[in-house]
Amino acid sequence: MSDVEFNGKQKTLKAYLAGFFASLALTAIAFALVQLHFMTDGLLYLSLGVLAILQLIVQSICFLGLNQSAEGRWNLLPFLFTLLVIAILAGGSMWIMYHLNQNMSAFAEMLKVTL
Amino acid sequence: MLQKILFGNLTLQAIPFHNPIIMGAALFMGVASLLIVGALFYYKKWAWLWREWLCSVDHKKIGVMYIMLAFIMMTRGFIDAMMMRIQLAVASGNAGYLPPEHYNQIFTAHGVIMIFFMAMPFMFGLINIVLPLQIGARDVAFPFLNSLSLWLSVAGASLLNISLVVGDFAATGWLAYPPLSEMAYSPGVGVDYYIWALQISGVGTLLSGINFVVTILKMRCPGMTLMKMPIFAWTALSSMILVVLSFPVLTATLALLFLDRYFGMHFFTADAGGNAMMYINMIWIWGHPEVYILILPAFGIFSEVVAAFSKKYLFGYTSMVWACAAITLLSFIVWLHHFFTMGSGANVNAFFGIATMIISIPTGVKVFNWLFTMYRGRIAFTTPMLWTMGFISTFVIGGMTGVMMAVPAIDFQVHNSLFLIAHFHNVIIGGVVFGYLAGLTYWFPKITGFSLHERLGKYAAWCWIIGFYVAFLPVYALGFMGMTRRLSHYDASTGWQPLLIIAMIGVFIIGAGFVLQVCQLIYSFKHREVLSDVTGDAWGCGRTLEWSTASPPPFYNFAVTPEVHCIDAFWKMKQQPQLAKQYEDIHMPKNTSTGVWIGVLGGIFGFAFTWHIAWLVFASFVGIIAVMIFRTLNLDTDYYLKAEEVAQLETQYAEAS
Amino acid sequence: MTDHHQHEADTRDLFGFWLYILSDCILFSVLFACYAVLYKNTYGGISVRDFTDLPYVFYETMTLLASSFTYGLAMISLQKNKLRQVIFWLMVTFLFGFAFINLEVKEFVHLYAAGHSWQGSAALSAFFTLVGAHGLHVSIGLIWMAVLMHQLSRFGATTFMKRRLTYLGIFWAFLDIIWIFVFTIVYLMGVV
Repeated sequence: MSDVEFNGKQKTLKAYLAGFFASLALTAIAFALVQLHFMTDGLLYLSLGVLAILQLIVQSICFLGLNQSAEGRWNLLPFLFTLLVIAILAGGSMWIMYHLNQNMSAFAEMLKVTL
Repeated sequence: MLQKILFGNLTLQAIPFHNPIIMGAALFMGVASLLIVGALFYYKKWAWLWREWLCSVDHKKIGVMYIMLAFIMMTRGFIDAMMMRIQLAVASGNAGYLPPEHYNQIFTAHGVIMIFFMAMPFMFGLINIVLPLQIGARDVAFPFLNSLSLWLSVAGASLLNISLVVGDFAATGWLAYPPLSEMAYSPGVGVDYYIWALQISGVGTLLSGINFVVTILKMRCPGMTLMKMPIFAWTALSSMILVVLSFPVLTATLALLFLDRYFGMHFFTADAGGNAMMYINMIWIWGHPEVYILILPAFGIFSEVVAAFSKKYLFGYTSMVWACAAITLLSFIVWLHHFFTMGSGANVNAFFGIATMIISIPTGVKVFNWLFTMYRGRIAFTTPMLWTMGFISTFVIGGMTGVMMAVPAIDFQVHNSLFLIAHFHNVIIGGVVFGYLAGLTYWFPKITGFSLHERLGKYAAWCWIIGFYVAFLPVYALGFMGMTRRLSHYDASTGWQPLLIIAMIGVFIIGAGFVLQVCQLIYSFKHREVLSDVTGDAWGCGRTLEWSTASPPPFYNFAVTPEVHCIDAFWKMKQQPQLAKQYEDIHMPKNTSTGVWIGVLGGIFGFAFTWHIAWLVFASFVGIIAVMIFRTLNLDTDYYLKAEEVAQLETQYAEAS
Repeated sequence: MTDHHQHEADTRDLFGFWLYILSDCILFSVLFACYAVLYKNTYGGISVRDFTDLPYVFYETMTLLASSFTYGLAMISLQKNKLRQVIFWLMVTFLFGFAFINLEVKEFVHLYAAGHSWQGSAALSAFFTLVGAHGLHVSIGLIWMAVLMHQLSRFGATTFMKRRLTYLGIFWAFLDIIWIFVFTIVYLMGVV
């Protein structure tokens, strides 16, 4: 009987173990960084962001099995395009809303509305 | 007390017995429904209708049902338009015949119907019918989901139609901006009807988007690489990618509005830290891709029509594909141009203004490619070609006014004026509607087996084209004269009335066109023997695979999966005789009623939520889950058509034609 | 169905499901964007910093991560056609998932009981909605898991059951990925 394969390859124990321990480590580091708080706020935010993205990559490869094989590419490319759209959507919204809030705060004050 | 539990907020007061217009509409809907139901009983066609159509998972039948939905809703949306134009033509210095609360619901319903329940179903109908045939496939990737999507759309449309008679509809404009759409300022059921109609049909749309992307990417016949696909398939692919990526934004945003209204949250409220501007931002992140979702398939249709009726290969196929890709990508970085005036400042406005101007370039490339295709072609001046030529002039004007408004400084002058209204009607009617009507006329013989009467079709097209200009050129002028949108009446001193009267006349000309199309349908049906298509290549100049099948195609589309080697595969096939192929067993999906049930339950769910009937919300939700699980327990969802049966059917078809 | 035909059909189906997952990512990104814009609007009430218990969140995260791992073990057993092992690991996954939901519900109930509901401010609305939406997805996953466990015992490890379990596996992994960003953006960055 043929096997159902996502991304064109079989699942291995090695991949899951690697994913599990890597995610564990990345999570522990993130929590530790916040608990210890020995760097500036800006640097901390950046580190947390980087750690999250690293864990995203780890879990995508180990748990989801995303890869660059012929079959894997079908799933990888839409995934990357979606990430691009999310970046535009989230980043763009934050840029726009920041400026809107800046420019419209005085007006909101006048109307006694909180932004 | 018992009444509150059983019926929630629903009471008999919800039906506006005192309003003659609404009661007239209700009477009309009631009589029409009774006539249809009566006819079904008289001709004993219930079982047939249920078995062959409602439960069908055949993309061709689902497509036809989508188009029927679109036409029914077009009638309602068009009547809304006529009512508004009449009101504005008379309401100079007086209140007219429509009080503002009613007028506001009309323009809201008009927008919601035309975009969500006319244009989208029309588009899905055409893509459903044509796309699998064009790529040499037997059906879409997920036939059951296809049926489900249809019935979810019907459920949404039904909610909207019910809202006319039971309760009110939203009076907020088609995008329902908060804080107006929040509970504090719209305490009635109108906005709730709006939310549920869109959420339910939105699920259907998203599923269709996924369905078609998978179909186009994974089910092309052997030899048909992406760059050998018909251009319509490319535009459908781009449009469906936009659906998959943008509709979740609509779902999420409306869900947040729902949370504000039902659970007292503060995402977009005017107090407690809510930010209404965030709604506008998010809704347009969806809204802008939405208009490209609508126009891209229309562009694809024009590409097919122009190539076929100029008897030439489409000029610049590769650049057309790149233009599609560019439009798809760019449509995600222009959305702020819908709210330049909201106050994000010069830098933000400049970025989005420039991006908006850039996005007009790929469209320009397409227009030139169409013109170059026509140049030195042997043009057949058929109805679809007439629609196309009407489109090119009309759409270009609309596009240019769009590029004008892409300049923030200009937009500050004309935002939310009738100039804007004229612009988007220009591109939507001139682009989307003309395109879909061209497509319908072009592919009608393929799906029904008989052509539409040409002369009536041309008269109708002329009425639409001329009517559009008479209706909307004055509207551009009114925009410059300072008239804002969504006004129900105005001062006589503005001097707007004459132009509004001309605009009303224009709408009636379009109305005549619409009536002519109905006549055309009836006449063509009556004379279908004379107008029938026996070869499958109804216009004689078909270039793509759908024309290689009989009209209408057999339920399995192709007896033998075609193998292609070039663009415009059928055109090539016509020049070289094809070798007979061996028949093989064909894998077909079985019809199912699951889609219908989930649609019905979905509609009930939306209605119950609107009226706060808690037990019914719960019951219908559980029902939907139960039906879904039942479906997964059914392992008998497909069958094989044996090769011998295929051979038999093919002989029958050959003999019949 | 021939093996090749089946493989083609499976690839198609999985690709379609994957596209659905991507659309769900976009849905979550809207919730994240709203959170980013509104998290400061506490309207004089509490912010995430005031009620976050980092060890608690770490514990929640570990529960969900463990469930992702055990689901992987279930899939490996499925590859080897070891039905009883599959059901065993699915039960363990279910328990971990259920524990996660338990922890989250407890946090919500505490907040509500202390008078900080989603109606208090835009910030609280955004918090409850983002975290709650993720929790709702996990809950749906658990119901789905229970249904599949029942169907497994009824139909065995057939091709279509393998396909269904693959879908759920993709869904479950996706939920753990979303959680990475929830705990990072809401809790960790909220406390900084």
